[in-house]
This record gives sequence, structure tokens and C-alpha cells, in this order.
Amino acid sequence: MNGTSKTAAALANNRDAGQGSLIGYFPLGYPNLDASVDAAIAMCQNGVDVLELGIPYSDPVMDGIVIQEATAEALANGFKLKQTFDAIRRITEAVETPVLVMTYWNPVIQYGVEKFAEDLSDAGAAGLITPDLIPDEAGEWLEVSNRLELDRVFLATPTSSEKRMQAACELSRGFAYAVSTMGITGARTEVDQLARQVVQGIRSTNTNQNAAVGIGISTTDQVKEVNEYADAAIVGSAFVKAYQAGGLQALIEKVIELDPKK
Amino acid sequence: MTNLRDETGPYFGEYGGRFVPESLIAALDELEETYRVAKADPTFQLELAELHRTYTGRPSIITEVKRFAEHAGDVRVFLKREDLNHTGSHKINNVLGQALLAKRMGKKRIIAETGAGQHGVASATAAALFGLDCVVYMGEVDTERQALNVARMRLLGAEVVAVKTGSRTLKDAINEALRDWVANVETTHYLLGTVAGPHPFPTMVRDFHSVIGTEARQQMLDEFGFLPTALAACVGGGSNAIGLFHAFLDDEDVALYGFEAAGEGMHTDKHAATLNYGRPGVLHGARSYMLQDEDGQTIESHSISAGLDYPGVGPEHSWLKDLGRANYRGISDDEAMSALRLLSQTEGIIPAIETAHALAGVLKLGKELAPGSSILVNLSGRGDKDMETAAKYFGLI
Repeated sequence: MNGTSKTAAALANNRDAGQGSLIGYFPLGYPNLDASVDAAIAMCQNGVDVLELGIPYSDPVMDGIVIQEATAEALANGFKLKQTFDAIRRITEAVETPVLVMTYWNPVIQYGVEKFAEDLSDAGAAGLITPDLIPDEAGEWLEVSNRLELDRVFLATPTSSEKRMQAACELSRGFAYAVSTMGITGARTEVDQLARQVVQGIRSTNTNQNAAVGIGISTTDQVKEVNEYADAAIVGSAFVKAYQAGGLQALIEKVIELDPKK
Repeated sequence: MTNLRDETGPYFGEYGGRFVPESLIAALDELEETYRVAKADPTFQLELAELHRTYTGRPSIITEVKRFAEHAGDVRVFLKREDLNHTGSHKINNVLGQALLAKRMGKKRIIAETGAGQHGVASATAAALFGLDCVVYMGEVDTERQALNVARMRLLGAEVVAVKTGSRTLKDAINEALRDWVANVETTHYLLGTVAGPHPFPTMVRDFHSVIGTEARQQMLDEFGFLPTALAACVGGGSNAIGLFHAFLDDEDVALYGFEAAGEGMHTDKHAATLNYGRPGVLHGARSYMLQDEDGQTIESHSISAGLDYPGVGPEHSWLKDLGRANYRGISDDEAMSALRLLSQTEGIIPAIETAHALAGVLKLGKELAPGSSILVNLSGRGDKDMETAAKYFGLI
């Protein structure tokens, strides 16, 4: 299932070297398109092993206030969906880091699932993370991502049944997104014990799928701790917050601070 | 076309489904299963019917409005009086049903979204009755234009959260309720107020409201000896309309008309006429018609009526539209307000502004139908909550 996955290869490299991995989120178009591309490239150059590039959406129900405000600002500043592909091209030409696009599903439907996947592939993206697309509704995406060998990341959560956990792991390529807690994105002081349980659930499927833990992770200790039992830690809001507070330099410092490979 | 009534989801044609984070699937499965068992359980049905008899005040009556009908061509007009239900609208039908299910699932906290405040008031009422904690999410714009309903909810013991993100209306209240639900899904039931959202909500909410049409169909036969030529209802999310329509879906001779909010006019971009001007997409967990730009970003809707100010619509309506079984038209703010005043002054019944869209539709439709036709309108809510808006609009004080 992970045979041709760029993302899985990046995680495996670190694992083989005895190191953890950091997956970093940044919203495209925030605060404007060029600045977000620069931010994304800088993240990759300073320790992020897989880039999660967020597409701004008007109704982001899985996101907390930090990412909501950043993506709303991106839309207010004129972000258009078709700018995604050129932005990815600029990033993948500058760095080798796999780029996963995180998007709610309606923009993909409106663009056309097949065309979106083809343009994604042409631009050099690794694949998609789809927070509001469950495997049950993903027929067309499964088909076209198989054909184009794109990575696809489904969510595994503390309330997922064994059967759904199995499906999420079987159908994901790259890693399964272990939702650390019941809630939306945003920094939390403690990453839930539930995260261990979800990773345990992923390990106990017969899929050998990678588990990356996300939601609520914002500190060096949390990144380190998660990497002790999972294949990667996913950080989003903390990076956006750093950028809000101190621009590109603060973002780079935050990436260096959280990088588990040191 | 037969047995449209038997469609139970999760899909209505190509519409419906579940486009939500995986975190909610277990809760939706639990709700679906609890509802499946309850639906087949006579004690549940008896308990709900008894609540409706002794608390809601069902069955609601039918009133023929002859003086109003004089303005609608040569037709008879009948109102199904959901405005006389406890809490003043049809919303209580669904709320009591879901509150009983919350009890069955052992959930002690309910959350709800509200636009006009009618669903929020009904939810706060049920929470008081059943001893549940209740949080109502309401767009900040709506808390201002429906301030009286905010006071009612608080008096009933609910917490009202003013949502300050996005367009600060119903759409954003639903986003915020979904975020709360993702975080508290094990203790909390999301008491969704319309026939939208992920399966099983569109089916379940429809079923709870189908009492409207079931009663009305029998009442028309018993009291007048015929079925109406046409049904009329306003459509925001679409709960009162589907509640009236459902029992008649397979009566091919009964035409169905839904009236959407055309806001400042269909020719402007300030409307909420989703089925007329939207196109299929995914919003709030289901595939349905919605107002969106070419990138799939939701477009903000506009209506003088908070309850219709929603850029989406229930998937069953999208299906009925595509099938050609129901017709959906737009009614402007001005047309609705004028019909609101007309019903008040010809019949002594002050309707909600939402409902007034259906009444304005009737005034036009009556002139198109053959002489002697009859129209049954869902008088879905009363206008007390709208007095401030009406006073301002008509310069009454």
C-alpha cells in the first residue's frame, strides 16, 4: 500500500536513522500567496519532513480559531483555488520534501476530482489529506489516486471502530492521521493519552500503516513524546501562531525548535 | 412515480451522504441505530405521541382563510396551524423526538444551532423539560435581529453562544456546533434543527416533522372531503416544507411548491434562493444544492428572515427538485413583508417572516391555478419574535 509513496519513504528514512519525523502545516495564501510559498519552503529547509499545505475554505469545521482566522484572511486577500498548483510547483522545485495538500472536499468536487488529482500530480504534490472525506464517500478519489499513485491520508480517531480503523489504514497511502484527541485543531497543554490508544489501534490492524499523530501538538516535548510511539508528529496551529507573532523568522525558529532530528 | 415516501437515505438520488470528519462517524452510527430501534418501538412512538398531545398541543388545527384568499385569485386557502404549537413553530416536533433519543443514548447535554431562534427556543424548552444541559449556537447577526428569542432561551436555562466567525449567521452557527460536537461527542447530542447535515439527520428530522402532513392530509379528507390542489411552504433548510410534503409525495395530483428567500431580489446577489441559483456541492455534511463560488467556497446568503438565511438546503429537496416532483420559487423580502401584513389584517393571524414567504407565494400561485383550486399552506411559525423587524419595516412605532 505504501510502495510508491513519497511520504512513506520520507518517514522510513528517518525511522531507519533512528529519528522521529515532523509534519508541518501551513495555509496557502496566508497572509498572501507569495509569503505562504516562502514560508512553506523555509519550513521544509529547516526541519519539516513532510509539508501539509492547507487550502483555505469558507467552512473549516475541523479547524480551531488560529487556522480559521488565518485561512479566512487568505480568502479575504483573494486566494483562488487554481493558484494551488503553481504554488506547489514552486515549492517542489525548491525542495525535495513531499507536499501533501490538506483540503476540505467541496473545493475538490467543484474543480473536478479527476482534474484536481491530475493537476496535483503534474505540480509534483505527493497527495491529499482530506479531513471531511471518509473512505465510505471516497470512491472517485480512491480510483484516481490509485491510477496516479498519489498519497491519500484518512483519519483514525479515538472513537473509530476496529472495522473503520482497518479501512482507514488499508485505504491510506503515506500514513494514517491519528487524531490525538476528540476535538478540533489548536494547541493543547497535554496531548491526550487517547493518542497512544489510536496509534495502538493502527498498529493492531494487519496493514503495517504508518501512524502520524496530529491535533494539539505545539511543544518540543510533545513532538518527542509522540515520536516515541508513532511515526511522526503533525504540527499546525503552533506554526501559524508563530508566523502571526513574528513572521517568517519566528516560523523558522519554531520549526527548528520542534525538529525531532537533532 | 410511486413510493417516493419510502426513501430513507442515506442518499436521496445523488444527494445526502456523510461528508464529516471521521471523529463524528461513531456518533452518527449510534444515532442511526438508536433511531432505527426507536422508530420500530411502539413505546417510543406512544411516548412521543403523548408528549405531542399533552405538551405540544397536537394535532394542530386547519384554518380556512377566506378574506386572505380574496387576494389570491379564485382559490381556497387553508393554513396548517403549526404556529399554535407550544413554542410557536413547527420546530418542537423534531426537538421532542430527538430529545427522547438523547435520553435513550444516555446523553445529558444537547447542543443546537439556530437562525431565527425558533429551533433554539424549542431545544432550550426540551432541555428544560427533560433536565438536560443545553448550549445554543447563534450567529451574532441573528442574536441582534432576534434578541427576544435570545432572552427566551436564556430564561429557559440554556446558554446562548453568539458566533462571531464568517457571516455570523446560521451557516456559521452550524460550523461552531459541529466543532463543539467533535470535541464532546461522547456526552453530547447535536440536536440539529433542519433536514440538512449528515445521515441520519435529513431522514430522521423529516420523519419527526412528517406528522404535519400526515395530520393535514387526514384533516383535509375528514373536514373538507378532498385533497388540496397544491401545497405551499417556505424553504430555508427545508424542515417545515418536507414535514408538510412528505405524506403527499405519492399523491400525484397534489402539486408541491417551496418558496425560498429571494432577499433583495433574484436579480441581485443578496438572496438565499439555494435551489434556484445554487448548484450541487457539499456543505455541513451532505451533498445538496448550495450557494457557492466557482472554487466551492460558500457564498453568504441574504434574507430579512433569519430562519431562511442559509446557503444550503436539505438533500431531499434537491432530489425532489431534480425529479420535478416539487417546484421551488423565490420570494423577495418586500413580497414577504407585504404578505405578512395582509394575513395579519385580513385574518388576525400574525405569521413569522419565514412563513410569510409561503403566503406571498400563495398570492401569486393562486392566480395561476385553475379557478376553484385549493392551496394548503404550512403556517410554520408565529410572528411574535419578528415584531421588532416588522415595526421597523412598517414604521409602526
